Amino acid sequence: MSLPTRTFTITRADLVRYAAASGDHNPIHQDESVAVSVGLPGVIAHGMYTMALAARAVDEWFPGAEVVSLGCKFTNPVVVPADGGVDLVVAGEVKSVDDGLTTVALTVTCEGQKVLGMPKAVVRA
Amino acid sequence: MPVDQSLVGRTFPPTPPRAVSEEQVRDFVLATGGSSYAGGAAPATFPIVLAFDAMNAFLEAEQVDLFRIVHGEQKFAYERPVFPGDVLCATLTVASLRQIAGNDIIGTTSVVTDGAGAVVCSTSATLVHRGAAS
Repeated sequence: MSLPTRTFTITRADLVRYAAASGDHNPIHQDESVAVSVGLPGVIAHGMYTMALAARAVDEWFPGAEVVSLGCKFTNPVVVPADGGVDLVVAGEVKSVDDGLTTVALTVTCEGQKVLGMPKAVVRA
Repeated sequence: MPVDQSLVGRTFPPTPPRAVSEEQVRDFVLATGGSSYAGGAAPATFPIVLAFDAMNAFLEAEQVDLFRIVHGEQKFAYERPVFPGDVLCATLTVASLRQIAGNDIIGTTSVVTDGAGAVVCSTSATLVHRGAAS
């Protein structure tokens, strides 16, 4: 069963806000020159911010459901431009429902490219 | 500088206990795509705040620059959600160390426990330490 796809627009201001809320002040998420100095294409979103948005979609699909496990690889960076934003698209599909546990396989893309590897959530719903 | 191989298996001291406030959970909700917070469980990725404390302490102890770290993989296995009022700490163990193409691939696990010592969630993170350009 496919779940309704959710799109989030990510701006640099969102990264500043996420840094403050999470305590992750790695400058590669704020400062173009630092990001480029370590070989990144530009300022990138925190992987955990991308993962949090994927978890947000899961929460919208299964309101109030307890999350039992959540995991992904960070396979491609989400590059966030200085002006405007970039769209993150979170799609999900229910893979199984077993013993009260629902397994959701996610597909998280940015400009048509998958940015998370094998993102998966298991919820009690 | 490669990270010291003898670190594998080492467990670092627990992070200082952090009391989770409603304001902190609200900020996290609003910073992660939520439109409002009316109390209740924190978002699923909230325990990263604790795991990040533990990771920072580890990186500082090993004199690794945070800006050279990119997140490779993250997993959470939950015993229960986090609620405001919880007092939590995280204990980090270095699970593995590999070197690929001049980068250190650091596998860590961090166990988040509450004030009673009960496990709230177990997290594992792969950190990619990008070597200095030669």
